[in-house]
Amino acid sequence: MATLTDVISRPAGQSGLWSWITTVDHKRIGVLYGVTAFIFLLFGGIEAGVIRLQLAVPDNTMIDPDTFNQMFTMHGTTMIFLVVMPLSASFFNFVIPLAIGARDVAFPRLNAFSYWVFLFGGLLLNASFLTNQAPDAGWFSYANLTEKPFSANAGLDYWALGLQVLGVSSLAAAFNFVVTIVNMRAPGMSLMRMPLFVWMTLITSILLVLAFPVITVGLIELTFDRNFGTSFFVPEGGGDPVMWQHLFWVFGHPEVYILILPAMGIVSEILPTFSRKPLFGYPVVVFSGIVIGIMGWAVWSHHMFTVGLGPVAVSVFTITTMLIAVPTGVKIFNWIGTLWGGSIDLRTPMLFSLGFIALFIVGGLSGVSHAVAPSDNQQQDTYYIVAHIHYVLFGGSLFGIFAGIYYWFPKVTGRLLHEGIGKAHFWLYFIGMNITFFPMHYLGLNGMPRRIYTYASEFGWDNLNLLASLGYVVLFVGTLLFILNLVVSLRKQPDSGHDPWDAPGLEWSISSPPPVYNFATIPQVEGIDQYWITKRRAAAEGHPITEPEAPVDVSTIHMPSPSYWPLVTAIGTLILAAGMLVDVGWDYIRFPIPFLGGIIAFIGIVGWSNEPAAAEHHDGEHGDGDHAIEHGATAVMDRPGAARPAVRLLCSVCGNRMSSDFRFCPYCGGAVENPDQANDEEG
Amino acid sequence: MAHHAETGHPTGHAPAVHAEEQTTTGINHRKLLMWVFLSSDCLFFGSLIATYMVYRGQSLVGPYPVDIIDVPITTISTFVLLCSSFAMVRALAATNEDNQGKIQFWLLMTAFLGAIFIGFQVYEFNLFRAEGLRIDTNLFGATFFTLTGFHGAHVTLGIVWLVALFFVARKGRLGPRTALDVEMAGLYWHFVDIVWIVIFTLLYLIGGFDTGPSATISIDPSVLGFL
Ligand code: HEM
Ligand SMILES: [Cu+2]
Repeated sequence: MATLTDVISRPAGQSGLWSWITTVDHKRIGVLYGVTAFIFLLFGGIEAGVIRLQLAVPDNTMIDPDTFNQMFTMHGTTMIFLVVMPLSASFFNFVIPLAIGARDVAFPRLNAFSYWVFLFGGLLLNASFLTNQAPDAGWFSYANLTEKPFSANAGLDYWALGLQVLGVSSLAAAFNFVVTIVNMRAPGMSLMRMPLFVWMTLITSILLVLAFPVITVGLIELTFDRNFGTSFFVPEGGGDPVMWQHLFWVFGHPEVYILILPAMGIVSEILPTFSRKPLFGYPVVVFSGIVIGIMGWAVWSHHMFTVGLGPVAVSVFTITTMLIAVPTGVKIFNWIGTLWGGSIDLRTPMLFSLGFIALFIVGGLSGVSHAVAPSDNQQQDTYYIVAHIHYVLFGGSLFGIFAGIYYWFPKVTGRLLHEGIGKAHFWLYFIGMNITFFPMHYLGLNGMPRRIYTYASEFGWDNLNLLASLGYVVLFVGTLLFILNLVVSLRKQPDSGHDPWDAPGLEWSISSPPPVYNFATIPQVEGIDQYWITKRRAAAEGHPITEPEAPVDVSTIHMPSPSYWPLVTAIGTLILAAGMLVDVGWDYIRFPIPFLGGIIAFIGIVGWSNEPAAAEHHDGEHGDGDHAIEHGATAVMDRPGAARPAVRLLCSVCGNRMSSDFRFCPYCGGAVENPDQANDEEG
Repeated sequence: MAHHAETGHPTGHAPAVHAEEQTTTGINHRKLLMWVFLSSDCLFFGSLIATYMVYRGQSLVGPYPVDIIDVPITTISTFVLLCSSFAMVRALAATNEDNQGKIQFWLLMTAFLGAIFIGFQVYEFNLFRAEGLRIDTNLFGATFFTLTGFHGAHVTLGIVWLVALFFVARKGRLGPRTALDVEMAGLYWHFVDIVWIVIFTLLYLIGGFDTGPSATISIDPSVLGFL
């Protein structure tokens, strides 16, 4: 096509700033996600610090109520949408292609687009501080507090538009990962041989695909209410504020699983590695994950028990909420079963994983206690809920994520994080988190409402609040230690080698950091925990594996070239959304700037689809850009499990019979033997 | 599977037609992406439709649907949109047969019929405005314009896509090897069509006779007259 796009060739550099800006390499994008989200974690942490400082003593006037509202709103929104979700996305990006034996994701440029849109969405949300109009209606922004008469400044517009932008990012990433996991597995990796983290990513991505459009619609309606005079959630116009609650929580409850399932996946990788034993009951864990993903859609109104939905709705949602605790509990037993009889190695990733189990149990128990509607009537909107969400999100999601950081850091950088500092970090987090959040259970049950900016001393909440604020200090020091650990380890730690943990995943079979093309030869998968199979077999054959896969000449492998267009399209998307903040008040078109953004995004998409496949040679084939990877990485693929002989195996300990997928008994963890070849394997 | 991946298939540039065999499931990446996107879009329209249904008959002031909804006119535009789906099917068939003239003709025809549908919608929106229904008039206006407006935006995007494909076709770049490019647009187009069938049924055939908040809602039997 004789357009601009023919003239601009694809960027080709391998290093320097531009190579990061134009990168489409999933590993680099994973790092970008991780670093950006970590910086947002510091933002959110500072906001939390302001909250805890204000509440440390009664009748405090350090900040005014308006600022306090902005702090808890931005804290919650940041931690959920700019920290836990993108940190999970960072693991999806870095780990998934490696764990399934692929060379990249299915759509590398779409992946870069997701990152840039995430970054811009986060900046848009936080830009509200610069204009002193940060959103202030809580992370779930209940109507009709969010309507113009009650929130006159642009804060909620920032909030709604920022979340829309972040939604675009999450959806694009989720589409990409569904396709990648379904379609790009190494030969032999059938669904029931996928590592647990891959399974949980798949379920999370599907939840994202289905849940995000619901909040998109809610946010559109909110934006229309605020800018075009509709009354979707305005009672005076016949609208119903409860409709917002439904839309928000139909999204919101699947969202909490979007926040926790990746952490569950990470922990399910780490526990087996450091127990030297495969995951106990792999199929049961997979199945519980699927059941959680489905049932997560049927519990949303447990956030609305006190709204007055009537006895039938309340009973139904009480029951479904109690039921969903079952698959969650099943997983906990599986993790404990994995530890049982294992030879446990208490390295930092393992400590965080064990911390995850302990703290998540506490959060799950408080969750079940507010599944009971009559008791929830006492808990709703008190600090008891704050305790619950922090046990599941801090103790659960964030502990899982830190476990993952300690686990995969050597794969990303080639260096282990320092064990001593890591352990100190863990204990500060574990103790600090309990000091901060455990007292909140009591505060809540003693009637302290959430989201009050100060309280009188007569209520008797002084001591526990002070204790909680002191806990924050411990967490703060813990975070500093982690930063210190990053700095020290990147400089001083010795080379970690390719497989420091003797881990089961395919990602450990290649060098650290991995080469751009990941795998020189696409691996062949014979069972769950493939790299353990490979290593054990090699050891048994007398030539143990000590080296990663040998590197090959990069130019022999066809990888997608970097591209400018995802960034251009993302900038267009940002202008499209942010332009809605500027009302020029013309007669027909009050908001002209979004059109400009739309045009830029359109140019980006046209450039994108006409881009030549590679920087050097230009075959001009239409829309070939993203398929480079198809030719390269999957050419040798064949359908999984194609000609697999159906061997029946026997557990040497409990006698359980199982299919050839297992190398350890899923019930007792005992060694597996093949009754037909029992003698051959002895030697 | 009918075809088998040859063993010892050379790595490197496999021809595009073989791309389908190279994925784990045998489904092309882009096609799978489209399906995942459409499933997401289902929930998008589902939520908009749910809002409409919840607020049906809740408008505090007029005009109410019964005052302005014109079922016969929209029946015509619905028919036009259905015909465009047929044209889309022809376009894909022509692509598979490598009939260059027909590819261009049917792609343009599909886009043209879609444009007529949009024309009807613009006419309808202007008429409603003239009769006093704006997006901020009442809940009916809010839900109606939001839902049909976003549907119209989807159709418009589809038209842009089809016209872009038409230009690709003029370069002779569409054919059996690149049929997926047309098929993807087709999937999208048919989806948007099906959504319209649901909207037409709920907003026009069923909801088109709703009156103010106090009246009970029922399906007007006269609707059967023109079915
Ligand atoms: C055993 C499983 C769980 C059960 C039975 C459960 C139950 C509940 C219930 C009934 C509420 C509403 C309480 C109220 O507002 O009165 C709630 C709130 C909440 N839950 Fe859970 N939960 C569980 C696990 C989780 C997980 C895994 C997460 C996320 C990682 C999570 C995150 C939240 C959040 C963020 C809220 C508070 C929303 C808000 O009001 O700001 N929960 N939970
Ligand atoms: Cu919930």
